[in-house]
Amino acid sequence: MLDIFKFFNKPKNSKDVAKERLKLVLIHDRANVSPQFLEMVKSEIIKVINNYMDIDESELDIQLTRTKSEDGERIVPALVANIPIKSVKNSGK
Amino acid sequence: MSEVIVITSGKGGVGKTTSTANIGTGLALMGKKVVLVDTDIGLRNLDVVLGLENRIVYDLVDVVEGFCRVKQALIKDKRYDGLYLLPAAQTREKTAVNPKQMIKLCDELREEFDYIIIDCPAGIEQGFKNAIAGADKAIVITTPEVSAVRDADRIIGLLESNELSNPKLIINRVRMDMVKRGDMMSIDDIIDILAIDLIGVVPDDEKIVVSTNRGEPAVTDNKSLAGQAYRNITRRILGEQVPIMDLQSEEGFVFKLKKLFGLKSS
Repeated sequence: MLDIFKFFNKPKNSKDVAKERLKLVLIHDRANVSPQFLEMVKSEIIKVINNYMDIDESELDIQLTRTKSEDGERIVPALVANIPIKSVKNSGK
Repeated sequence: MSEVIVITSGKGGVGKTTSTANIGTGLALMGKKVVLVDTDIGLRNLDVVLGLENRIVYDLVDVVEGFCRVKQALIKDKRYDGLYLLPAAQTREKTAVNPKQMIKLCDELREEFDYIIIDCPAGIEQGFKNAIAGADKAIVITTPEVSAVRDADRIIGLLESNELSNPKLIINRVRMDMVKRGDMMSIDDIIDILAIDLIGVVPDDEKIVVSTNRGEPAVTDNKSLAGQAYRNITRRILGEQVPIMDLQSEEGFVFKLKKLFGLKSS
């Protein structure tokens, strides 16, 4: 059964592997901070949000990236967090 | 009004010097007065790529040290009207020049030329700082490889922090056959990661090797795909709207023949 799945599940293109690896390595290059730093930010964010919502901590993704500024003239650093919410706590409403 | 453009990449061997030579020659062919400045002191190469290596008398370091006047060090390319080279010194070190001197030199060249194109050395040390000091704009070169894109990203960050905002990107040595197979990052993939504007895509082209062998930039070769890409980049620098070349349709004759007989699935 597993083999059939493997058969249909095409191996990943090497360019996708490249892209993924690049994205990860650039997070740290750009931030010029250690992964521990990001972990600290992450745990603080979880703490705050937990007061108001139930979130899926295992799926929480936080990255330092770059984006175009609103006028489209400059490139600015951005902290992007993807936080899946399970439910909103009543106490927070 | 004249413009100082620095061509940089971070990583070595991605095509800074080749791009400088081709863009500069391209601009000269469009009737502009152009000077190419090689700032790779100790590892000069722009002279050989342009085929001007036998005509060097004075160099960049001689100029900034006041040993000669700028005009004495400039080499006029006799083949292309309006094209000049200011060669780097070969027996000195990067520290022989400082950013202040580069700014002064660029300002002096502005009086004579429409475009001053600066070929930046690899790395992020003194040579890089010198090369970007007097520049108004920057072009970043990368290839579709993890190492080159990573270094390009670092360079973009450094350019931004040195007030050279909004650098433009050239993706060099793209192989469409590999992109199609999923074995090479596509143009979109790279732009997605680097988040800067694209100014050109140069396909991998054997003619670049041939033209470098001869010391004649590929931009002058009407049959070269890379040459066409550089002609397009030149026009974009001049402010024209030129669509990015469709590399997929630029397949060779043999490929088309194979396709015709169904030997190659498209």
